[in-house]
Amino acid sequence: MSKTNIVVTDRKAGEDVHILDIQGEINAYAENELMDAYTQASSNNARWIILNFSDLEYMNSSGIGLLVTMLIRVQRQNQKLLAFGLTDHYKQIFELTRLSEAIIIHDTETAALAATNGAHS
Amino acid sequence: MSTPELDSKATRTRQDAWAAPVSKMTVGQVPEGAMNLNVEGRQPVSPLQGFGQLWQKTFRVRLSGLEMSPEEVMRIWRENFPKFQPPENRFYPQMTGISPGAVVLINAKVPPLPGMPSMLPVSTGVMVLYADEEMFTVMCPEGHPLSGWNNFRVFEEDGTVVAEVQEMSRASDPLYELFNRFLGSSAQQDRIWTHVLTQLAAHFNLKGQVTMTKTLIDPRVQWSEAKNISKNAGIRTMFYLLGTPFRWIGNSFKADGK
Repeated sequence: MSKTNIVVTDRKAGEDVHILDIQGEINAYAENELMDAYTQASSNNARWIILNFSDLEYMNSSGIGLLVTMLIRVQRQNQKLLAFGLTDHYKQIFELTRLSEAIIIHDTETAALAATNGAHS
Repeated sequence: MSTPELDSKATRTRQDAWAAPVSKMTVGQVPEGAMNLNVEGRQPVSPLQGFGQLWQKTFRVRLSGLEMSPEEVMRIWRENFPKFQPPENRFYPQMTGISPGAVVLINAKVPPLPGMPSMLPVSTGVMVLYADEEMFTVMCPEGHPLSGWNNFRVFEEDGTVVAEVQEMSRASDPLYELFNRFLGSSAQQDRIWTHVLTQLAAHFNLKGQVTMTKTLIDPRVQWSEAKNISKNAGIRTMFYLLGTPFRWIGNSFKADGK
């Protein structure tokens, strides 16, 4: 298994909305990439963090643990965490691990952005 | 360069590393000697559903000089998982062993107070959430002392094979949190994982030095989850055992009435 095989890019998608585009694998070695991107988004006053899983190649259970850590940080900063682009397989994993109870999952980027707009209005 | 056929096979295998989706745990055949009191029908719980502070504890042992791949070490660890536990912590895997979706029943004994011998019984279990050639993860059911999961991983670092246990969990309810913070349960849990890694090293005739790092991920408690105490496996096990004589008498009457 490869070690670090992930690129996470922070993309501003609105006044206080940032999308983290995830490309590659989320495993135990992805912590720095993932958290650095989150920190960058937060330092730019993000209130909404949206995870884009469209280019996710694989995620193991260590990866799920990283998402829990990120979720707690997000909650402590009074931010909201959303996600889109998950395959059916990973949607099921989110349900099994009960992450879906805390991370709002949308099918598309448009739907995720609409959710942030709806909350703004 | 890999062929698309091989890539497809690899992807399928890695996706199979996850347990199939379930809303509640099913035990099936109970291994001989095990008690299935607090697992059947219980929902798996993540660190998000617990009550207490959220901790991540990482225990590691470097298997210096071992001429094996991480995959081989992991295979041996999975096969001998119950054997490496301390005597007061009996694990009962199903016939399928440590495989995705399998339930492992646990009959444990915990000390009532720090320094006292382990004498309070707790019947619980875990579900294998994920298992591949380099790691596996078990997830706790409702009522378990901890809400969350444990990762067991083997990897290579600077040419040395390293075995790791990483616990990410909260105490499930206020009573467990009290025991964790003030009555030594957290330290008891730390001793269990230290024991497991020491035994794993000893299996390879190595004297392993176990290191531990603790990170407090969330210092807050979640009062909304205080209700979890209604499913506390320790309390339910205690009442079940106290009721044993009465069940025995009741069953005798039923048998006599036939």
